[in-house]
Amino acid sequence: MTDSEIRGAFADGPALVSYVAAGDPSAEASKEYVEALVEGGSDVIELGLPFSEPVAEGTTIQNAIKRALDAGMTPDAYLDLVRELDVDVPIVCMTYYNLIYQYGESEARSASENASGDEPRASGGPEEFVEAAAEAGISGFVVPDLPVNESEAMYEACREHGLDLIFIVAPTTTPERLESMLDRTTGFVYVQGRLGTTGARDDVSEDTPEALERLQDADVPKAVGFGISSGEQAREVIASGADGVIVGSAYVDIVADGVENDLPAGEVADRLEELAAELKQGARKGLPEPERK
Amino acid sequence: MSDQSQRTTGEQETRAGKFGAYGGQYVPEVLMPAVEELADAYERYVLENEDGFVDDFRQRIREFGGRPTPLSHAENLSERYGFDVYLKREDLLHGGAHKLNNALGQVLLAKYMGKERIVAETGAGQHGTATAMACAYLDMPCEIYMGRTDVNRQRPNVFRMRIHDAEVNPVDVGSGTLKEAINETMRDWATNVEDTHYVIGSVVGPHPFPAMVRDFQSVISEEMREQSRERLGELPEAVIACAGGGSNTMGAFSAFVGSAKLPGAPEGTHEPAPDVDLLAVEAGGSSLGVDKDEGYAPNSASLSTGTEGVLHGARTKLLQTEEGQIVESHSVSAGLDYAGVGPELAHLVDEGRVEPVNVDDDAALEAFHRLSREEGIIPALESSHAVAYLEEYAAHRAAGNASGDEPRAGDGPVVVNVSGRGDKDLDTVIEESAARDVAGAPTMEVFEE
Ligand SMILES: Cc1ncc(COP(=O)(O)O)c(C=O)c1O
Repeated sequence: MTDSEIRGAFADGPALVSYVAAGDPSAEASKEYVEALVEGGSDVIELGLPFSEPVAEGTTIQNAIKRALDAGMTPDAYLDLVRELDVDVPIVCMTYYNLIYQYGESEARSASENASGDEPRASGGPEEFVEAAAEAGISGFVVPDLPVNESEAMYEACREHGLDLIFIVAPTTTPERLESMLDRTTGFVYVQGRLGTTGARDDVSEDTPEALERLQDADVPKAVGFGISSGEQAREVIASGADGVIVGSAYVDIVADGVENDLPAGEVADRLEELAAELKQGARKGLPEPERK
Repeated sequence: MSDQSQRTTGEQETRAGKFGAYGGQYVPEVLMPAVEELADAYERYVLENEDGFVDDFRQRIREFGGRPTPLSHAENLSERYGFDVYLKREDLLHGGAHKLNNALGQVLLAKYMGKERIVAETGAGQHGTATAMACAYLDMPCEIYMGRTDVNRQRPNVFRMRIHDAEVNPVDVGSGTLKEAINETMRDWATNVEDTHYVIGSVVGPHPFPAMVRDFQSVISEEMREQSRERLGELPEAVIACAGGGSNTMGAFSAFVGSAKLPGAPEGTHEPAPDVDLLAVEAGGSSLGVDKDEGYAPNSASLSTGTEGVLHGARTKLLQTEEGQIVESHSVSAGLDYAGVGPELAHLVDEGRVEPVNVDDDAALEAFHRLSREEGIIPALESSHAVAYLEEYAAHRAAGNASGDEPRAGDGPVVVNVSGRGDKDLDTVIEESAARDVAGAPTMEVFEE
């Protein structure tokens, strides 16, 4: 197992992995929000690259993605945003496969379209986007619609450019699938805490301890996501044996509230920082007493 | 060009779910075990006829569904065009569309698998209706997702679903059509995956759906071949079918491509027939262009104008921007209004075995009235696209080539797959025909005060 930057972020006690959608509600605001989340104690940032058909997302993040797309977020603008970020935690790109697959082919495609009427392009591939992402400063990928059995090309591209490909382990994942995922996992394992889609919940799923137990022997940090929204939930998750918590919808709710009530970005950023700090503190409390820092 | 007899989807490809570069299983991990379980059930029950599943299916689709559907000679159209036009009458299947073949097959399979709940999406409402019907018949609880736009333009089908005791959930996101309904159904499935089966409505989605839906629909072309042999003494020169996702298309084509064979198919009904032209008619909408900046295509012609990408579980041809965002599609016909298409159909188009063509909204409306007036058959607006293409086909044939590209000399019979009946579309047709001044359309004005 390689010692990646992302893995390194789990070295100092429980890690907070924070998600926002890039471009929600503008690229500038996202930059400020990411910096606030890091200020609040986030150890890894998952920055969503918005795709028009986010099937793994619940309503909260769906709406965020729509706001970002309406504001004009594109893969190139996303990479620009990443380049401009002034933070020293690893950035994970969370997106859907079609955007990765299409990237960088557009010139070739329009050339062939012009030449031959409306001839469709023969093939794309993940290499170009992975390379561009690596150059921009991305450390890894989460691609929810790319299960391990379709991930060969993406895995190779990530390996070539030294990026982590993070797989999601679901409550339904079979032991055989788990094994093939762990074979390809670097960085951390994303443990999906419950069935369904993303979205903040009031409780921690009863299945979480069991899900973590299945991963006990895996030599890679385990972070639990899907539904976590408070410091108390973060504490519970870490107490169940996780190495980190992943939080998205709870932040996006704050961003959405800012949009609805027309709040200044600075005020929204303050709230995000506050929630991150609460989550981080909660996570620390989940550790057994002697291990707390 | 390679020998056409080799251009088939063999058993190996079917089991792997890869059609050339297309197909696959691009779904969230939470769904993967369900997809694998389904692939396993598909192999055992559908391909191997375990526990007599396919016999049971065949018996029920005859008895409950009313198969075989007739192959009707369209006398007036034949006279109009100067060659024999036959209509495969899926509009006479129970429920009024080919969709029941698949819905009954899948709900029955879900029963064999021990599932306890059905979810489905619907565009035109025909698939939702067929699924609700099959669920009532087989005693399964059922929930249907439908885009708000489609709820509004297909109200009779909303009532039909509810009459069969299905719950109908309108989806308000995006343009409120099929694409959004599929997203929402996938979310429901991901939440309830342990006891729920998702009855997908066309030859789209992750493996095994494209192969499995095609197999359930292949009864259409199986019958077409038998009926052609009995009635015509020969195979048709061309088979014309409309393509939204492509399920009636694949059902009408598969026995001519030699790609699908449900156990119990009569001898000789599934041999490749390279001389039969297979024409997939897409919705040209109001224009074939795509406004890439606006993220909108005023058509649903993904085979003719789409590019390769990944959507809803499969790699296939899609209407998308250069960056890979999926664009909103358009068709006057709700059932064709989708930005993707089945991966096997995309593959057959690349191979040159299936020819993608299209007709626009106006032509489809005109054909709706033509078939209603001249043959006494009210076709679904989806099917009207296939009927409409006869105009162009006849012109090409008169000029000596059937599709515009390949020279053809024949004057043999042509079969049009009438995938469904148009009762569900009457509101749309009255409104759109008046707005566009469609040739041959009656008006209701004289009855209004
Ligand atoms: C009558 C009819 N024909 C065709 C279609 C298009 O679907 P497909 O291309 O899968 O046959 C529909 C879809 O609802 C339909 O209702």
